[in-house]
Amino acid sequence: MPDTVLFYVFSAVAVGASLLVIGQRNPMYSIMLLIASFGALSALYIQLDAPFVAMAQIIVYAGAIMVLFLFVVMLLNAPHEDAALWDRTHPLRRPGVSRFGAMLAVLLIVQLVWALLRVSDARAAVGERGDVAELTSVRTVGRVLFTDYMFAFEATSVLILVAMVGAVVLAAREDRR
Amino acid sequence: MIPLGNYLVVSAILFAIGTAGVFLRRNLITILLSIEIMLNAVNLSFVAFGRWQGTVDGQIITFFVMTVAAAEAAVGLAIVIALFRHRESLNPDAFTSLKW
Amino acid sequence: MDQATLRFVIQLGIIGLTFFMLINASAALVLAERKIMGFMQQRYGPYLVGPHGILQPLADILKLLFKEELRPKDADKWLFTLAPIISVTAAFAAFAPVPWGAETTFGGLLDMPVKLGVADVNVAVMVVFAITSMGVYGIVLAGWSSNSKYSLLGGLRSSAQMISYELAYATALASVIMLAGSLSLREVVDAQDGFWFGFIPRWYVFLQPIGFLIYAIAGVAETNRAPFDFPEAEQELVAGYNTEYSSVRFALFPQAEYINMTTMAAVATDLYLGGWHGIPILDQWGLGWLWFLAKVGFILFAYIWIRWTVPRYRYDQLMQFGWKWLFPAAVLNLIATAAFVLYFNA
Repeated sequence: MPDTVLFYVFSAVAVGASLLVIGQRNPMYSIMLLIASFGALSALYIQLDAPFVAMAQIIVYAGAIMVLFLFVVMLLNAPHEDAALWDRTHPLRRPGVSRFGAMLAVLLIVQLVWALLRVSDARAAVGERGDVAELTSVRTVGRVLFTDYMFAFEATSVLILVAMVGAVVLAAREDRR
Repeated sequence: MIPLGNYLVVSAILFAIGTAGVFLRRNLITILLSIEIMLNAVNLSFVAFGRWQGTVDGQIITFFVMTVAAAEAAVGLAIVIALFRHRESLNPDAFTSLKW
Repeated sequence: MDQATLRFVIQLGIIGLTFFMLINASAALVLAERKIMGFMQQRYGPYLVGPHGILQPLADILKLLFKEELRPKDADKWLFTLAPIISVTAAFAAFAPVPWGAETTFGGLLDMPVKLGVADVNVAVMVVFAITSMGVYGIVLAGWSSNSKYSLLGGLRSSAQMISYELAYATALASVIMLAGSLSLREVVDAQDGFWFGFIPRWYVFLQPIGFLIYAIAGVAETNRAPFDFPEAEQELVAGYNTEYSSVRFALFPQAEYINMTTMAAVATDLYLGGWHGIPILDQWGLGWLWFLAKVGFILFAYIWIRWTVPRYRYDQLMQFGWKWLFPAAVLNLIATAAFVLYFNA
């Protein structure tokens, strides 16, 4: 019973914060709300017996990627009032078009939910199979990561190196006096 | 015990919100944030399926998705900085030179 | 009262006691810093308020509470208030997974022993690291939302410094985790039980001296303490990220800094100095936490000692040191530790 209550609370926070993220005009507020959403998702991961992923979510997403976003928003200091003006004058933002789009989005969600809840496997409780002590141990994650997924791990490290070099090159100033 | 469908529904709603953000918002930073929301929705369904199956594979794929999202956010923001230096604007409609 | 409720009440009591001790630690550190600074500079430090200045922190807090709460007109209303809240919440929350005493039954009062510490998480090291990395937001938001150039520069520099030294910090942590074989702080402490040759305690500081040094330097840089406190140095940037803050919002920033110091000292004690192990008699009577307090106190004294002895780093020297010297040293330490563990376990 408390598990279910916690699930609904954290899901509500995650979904609500995400809705506010896309509705905010000020990108700084969007970033802080997204951090709140990530925190709620991290709590959901803990409920799913994945403490390593939960903490990695906070360390990587909320603690590093969002700091990067924050730095860029602060350094660019783009005026956010203009975004609202552009939002209103955009041809896709006329009332009829927006309402049609919103209706389509709600229809998509209703279809997805209906399909998901019809599948009999989806009604099975999520915590039945598997040994909890083994799943929550980082030792298991490490073992599988470095044996079955070794190639993906090495490829990801090369990917991060490439991304680092690419980011530095792309953001460098062009004029060299 | 919470049914698997609940987690999948939350994931679907988050994914829809992220997609709506990418289509509706006219600010490059907010578009990138919506992409991050979508990636998180996918992470949630991976972890939920992994737990339902009883293996750690879901967690490991999530680990990789997070790493790729970090790399993509870094490069995406570098591009945003370069674009902003060029045009002093964060509106994607200001960058229409390649349109015919 | 049956065992279940008694256990619940005692665990609540432990949580309350930890919180209370943290708040008192920050107050005591305010006084300790000024007294030790005074003695190192051949003067007495606070002397008049209470016997030997003991009530000085109380006077400081009362003064800050009665000041006027200012907010610059163009400061971002929500973020200006949110920033110190994030700082101090992250500081307190980071202490939650840190164990400060062995399991005890309080002399037979309980059937099953209760662990002295707020929470025993099996990924405790990662939780501490995650929450301290959230503390960066307090500083960066404070700098930005004050809408003032000194604050912005100080906030950006502080946060860049903190995230740069997080790398060396995490790598030094990883070396200890390899030796202990577990991410749970309680298991790391219990792995340091016992003695070599009967009198040298099995602390990891003897196995990882360089790692301890790296961790200590990174810890000092993480908490923005001297010699790494350029972003908030009075002579350089007025007061850095907390220039525009006053009264209670201001008071939360130094409190967050002192609690961060205490958390770093406690984690260093758990990881390198054996936690509450070392004196067998205390362990037998369940008083290991006294020895833990003594070690944490010593590390905090070392923090204050360094601050008033060593001159401050310039900002670019600080960043160069973090990236070019400390992080490679931490990586080399990690590789050496991995080789050591492989060789002795094969």
